[in-house]
Amino acid sequence: MITEIGHFALVLALFVAVVQAGLPLVGAHRGNASWMAVAAPAALAQFLLVAVAFGGLTHAYMTSDFSVFNVAGNSHSAKPMLYKITGVWGNHEGSMLLWVLILSMFGSAVAAFGRNLPPGLRARVLGVQALIAVGLLLFILLTSNPFIRVVPPPVDGQGMNPLLQDPGLALHPPFLYLGYVGFSIAFSFAVAALLEGRVDAAWARWVRPWTMAAWAFLTLGIGIGSWWAYYELGWGGWWFWDPVENASFIPWLSGTALLHSAIVVEKRDTMKAWTIFLAIVTFALSLLGTFLVRSGVLTSVHAFASDPARGVFILILLIIIAGGSLALFAMRGPALRSTGLFQPISREGGLLLNNLLMSTAAAVVLLGTLYPLFLDAIGGPKVSVGAPFFNSVFFPIMMPMAAAMAVGPMLAWKRGDLLAAMKRLWAAFALMLAAVLAAWAAHADGPPIGLLGMGLAAWLFAGTLSEFCEKVRLFKAPFPESLTRMARLPRSSWGMTTAHLGLAVAIVGMTGAGSWKVESIQTMKAGDKAVVSGYEYTFNGVREVEGPNYFSTVGSFSVARDGREITTLSAEKRVYPVRNMPTTEAAIYSTLLGDLYAVVGDPDESGDGRYVTRLYFNPMVIWMWAGGLIMVFGACLSLTDRRYRIGAPLRRRQVAAAEA
Amino acid sequence: MTMKRLMFMLPLLVFMVLSIYFAVGLTKDPSKLPSMLINQPIPEFALGPIKGRDKGLSDKDLKGEVTLVNFWGSWCVACKYEHPFLMKLKKEGLVPIHGVDWREVKPDDGPDWLKEHGDPYTLIGDDPKSKAAIAFGVYGAPETFVIDAAGAIRYKYVGPMSREVWDETIWPIIQKLKK
Repeated sequence: MITEIGHFALVLALFVAVVQAGLPLVGAHRGNASWMAVAAPAALAQFLLVAVAFGGLTHAYMTSDFSVFNVAGNSHSAKPMLYKITGVWGNHEGSMLLWVLILSMFGSAVAAFGRNLPPGLRARVLGVQALIAVGLLLFILLTSNPFIRVVPPPVDGQGMNPLLQDPGLALHPPFLYLGYVGFSIAFSFAVAALLEGRVDAAWARWVRPWTMAAWAFLTLGIGIGSWWAYYELGWGGWWFWDPVENASFIPWLSGTALLHSAIVVEKRDTMKAWTIFLAIVTFALSLLGTFLVRSGVLTSVHAFASDPARGVFILILLIIIAGGSLALFAMRGPALRSTGLFQPISREGGLLLNNLLMSTAAAVVLLGTLYPLFLDAIGGPKVSVGAPFFNSVFFPIMMPMAAAMAVGPMLAWKRGDLLAAMKRLWAAFALMLAAVLAAWAAHADGPPIGLLGMGLAAWLFAGTLSEFCEKVRLFKAPFPESLTRMARLPRSSWGMTTAHLGLAVAIVGMTGAGSWKVESIQTMKAGDKAVVSGYEYTFNGVREVEGPNYFSTVGSFSVARDGREITTLSAEKRVYPVRNMPTTEAAIYSTLLGDLYAVVGDPDESGDGRYVTRLYFNPMVIWMWAGGLIMVFGACLSLTDRRYRIGAPLRRRQVAAAEA
Repeated sequence: MTMKRLMFMLPLLVFMVLSIYFAVGLTKDPSKLPSMLINQPIPEFALGPIKGRDKGLSDKDLKGEVTLVNFWGSWCVACKYEHPFLMKLKKEGLVPIHGVDWREVKPDDGPDWLKEHGDPYTLIGDDPKSKAAIAFGVYGAPETFVIDAAGAIRYKYVGPMSREVWDETIWPIIQKLKK
């Protein structure tokens, strides 16, 4: 019964979305205020209905109602409650429902918090948002309905992929979707602006917090995903340039560009068309990610059960949403007038450089991901693009980016003085040299990119701090004055400094783990010792343990350094009987200098109680996730900036009306 | 002005071209073998051995009994995912599994990877230049071909094999071929 209520609510949500898309958009066009006013209540109603639908499905999972086909196919009565709930979005249908839930949640948030928006803009934004919802609700109801019943119901469910039964997975998709779908708001604002023919500082000020929030969620989602891959897949790696990972990373890159170009629109009234373009592209890339994962067009480890019929539907959606908005952009874009002029060496110039590099990186990753598809379509030789391609093109683009990031904020708007900025970066120069030398002393035989990465991280870190000190005149003015300046500094300024520092920290982690990883594979029996990177691992043998819905072989190691006991690592190999599939639970001991990482494999074939063991030392890898968290914290700081709450001052709005 | 208009048209044009590729990609089911290869004798090829082995793999090795040919590479993430299942298959000893070590950068990469994860292969050919991969029409790794006793390709599976796929699809095909 509750399942049917959910199903019914979802159908109702579709009708509400149709109304929410139709009346406000037409009303805004005709200037009919009462039609426009439909948008906000409709957005709230749509959210409530989708939430009821989502609740209905969740209830079916929690009560293990196997008469629901989706539950029977993806759940099992012996599963712990946590994974029964996360199982709701651990499958195609449920994850699409979560997608739409988040979409309608963002829509209702604009309806609730956007009271200071001009009514026309608000109606159009919510109307466009509802258009997206109509497409996705149709997709769910027609091709991926999670509420279908099965008669007669099976006795028990087929279980869930054991790889996905993990707390990391409980959080990864919701955050990823909050990011992906969050960019729909920037998209709706962009399309609304094109419809209105007006982009001004106020517009940018409304768009920025939504983009910032989406970006923060996406960063968190990607971070959790790579953390999950790191400890659950048991390969000692954290990023594989897999098509599905790329699908989330490409919108992150273009979203980061959008975040920065919107600053230029707000402050300097220029780069408008480019910003609109980025907003459209970022959301289109999020949709593309959904398309690639679910259509079976590309093969991947992560792939959902793919179905070409769904692929066709999503492709049509993609063509309507992205193609339609790009066509609108082609028609209305040329009429957008920019007033701000600037020299190449200026704050705007720096942000433009950021945009060029970020979008080039996004394009390159996109190209690499789609390359097999292109060749296949033209019947060319069939190839697959692996990590070597991405590593060799991605890092050369990101390095100048990190180098320029320290300089950009030092430059003045309109016309900056590069020489003066460089002079103020003497401390960063010194620290960069020190970092390169230190890295060289520690890892003289490592790859050169390791030295470069550490140097860049130090340069960016020190450069960002120098800029901060400059701003508050620390060490130049008396300390109390600096304190007053700090207190007056806008939150967004703190946010920028924090996020840039976070990236520097993350670069340390990526460089360390990427360049100096130590790996050792051997067979061991109880009592055997192995030394990895100065740590002595003593294998204590294995024991069998039974979990709630799995059996586990637990192998433990005592780890010592210089004769001093450090920790005991317990690595597991689990078998889930329902799916008869093994998973690896790596044992990890994190320190600031690096992670000790141990995996126990299969027993050796000789049968004398030896086990294949893999021991890794991943230098400084924890810094990467710490850096990611710091970046997210920076974004949160920016979000609390008070000018986002009070809205844009009206007097500064310059109306750049479209050509009549 | 027209130049400017053109610039604004550009994204739409690029996207339209992309969509055509997607549409074509959708019509091609990557798990289906191009019909011209099904039931045809395997293309002639001769691959050298990987480091640490004396014998490579050639088309002549694939005649006389039903065999599997598995394309993999140490760079391939999905292969790691598939590998434990291949090791189990080897233990069950139902059918010889031959490997093609595809597109390794360094000659040590493949052998090191096998040392780490176990070696399920009867014969292995080294294919750094994609010679066999192109002849077989490999889309990406891992891919597995079922080859009959006469040396004709009878089935191709794209992506990591699993117990489910094996029991439901591949094993029945092999059983039919063995009769």
